[in-house]
Amino acid sequence: MAEAGNDIRFHEMFHIEGGNFTNAGSISSQVKKILKGAGFSGKVIRRTSIAAFEAEMNVICYANQGNLSLFITPNFLKVVVEDEGIGIPDVNVAMREGYSTANEKIRELGFGAGMGLSNIKKNTDEMILTSEFRQGTHLEFVIYLSGQDKG
Amino acid sequence: MKLREIRDILNAEMITGDANLEKEIKYGFAADLLSDALAFSRGPGALLITGVVHPQVIYAANAIDLGAIIFVRGKRPNGATLQLAIENQIPLLATSYIMFETCGRLYQHGLRACIEKVKNG
Repeated sequence: MAEAGNDIRFHEMFHIEGGNFTNAGSISSQVKKILKGAGFSGKVIRRTSIAAFEAEMNVICYANQGNLSLFITPNFLKVVVEDEGIGIPDVNVAMREGYSTANEKIRELGFGAGMGLSNIKKNTDEMILTSEFRQGTHLEFVIYLSGQDKG
Repeated sequence: MKLREIRDILNAEMITGDANLEKEIKYGFAADLLSDALAFSRGPGALLITGVVHPQVIYAANAIDLGAIIFVRGKRPNGATLQLAIENQIPLLATSYIMFETCGRLYQHGLRACIEKVKNG
């Protein structure tokens, strides 16, 4: 039996279209609005919004399409991002700050510095990244709701 | 430092109107690379000094809880960017000064950086 603290109280899924930069960032903006409406602390909202923004940009920049799901439980927030696309040949290499395969279009927009994945790690309490090369990428991150007073 | 002071120091225009002139800005961060703004802009309420004017600057600003954005070297946002800024209540300013001058003048008047340097590199 699941512990009450891990029960899913809210779940919403957003579709992300790869390569469509017009509204890039709008999904993390919607996630932020939901978290604000739910009354979470500024720090929790900020950390989740930053990580969601980076994850959303990654799907738009590198995948064909994907979904971002937000789960709210009494103890933590969880975001799951699954995409179909080129995938990541070596996840450990991709995690390195500064490593990037971004094209000119992405860099023109001010992204693709190779900071995204490490920034997700920095802003979350748990992060799992797995990928099947030429199939897609699965990213999950968790932000705890307690112990967020510092910083 | 209040937005009113920032406006005066830089002969800037308040693109989103004068409603936020008394808003307090705690720190500054200057970048044309939004990846860096997302990774290094610590804490809420900072001023982003940038030449990036497309809508993603507002989405990024929203994610990091920016206090305001000032566009440098005469750059002006398009309608979509302006609309998003208004929706997300992020004040926008514009100045003709280049980024170096903008930072220098604000620093001279006491505004400090979000972080002074990164840990590695």
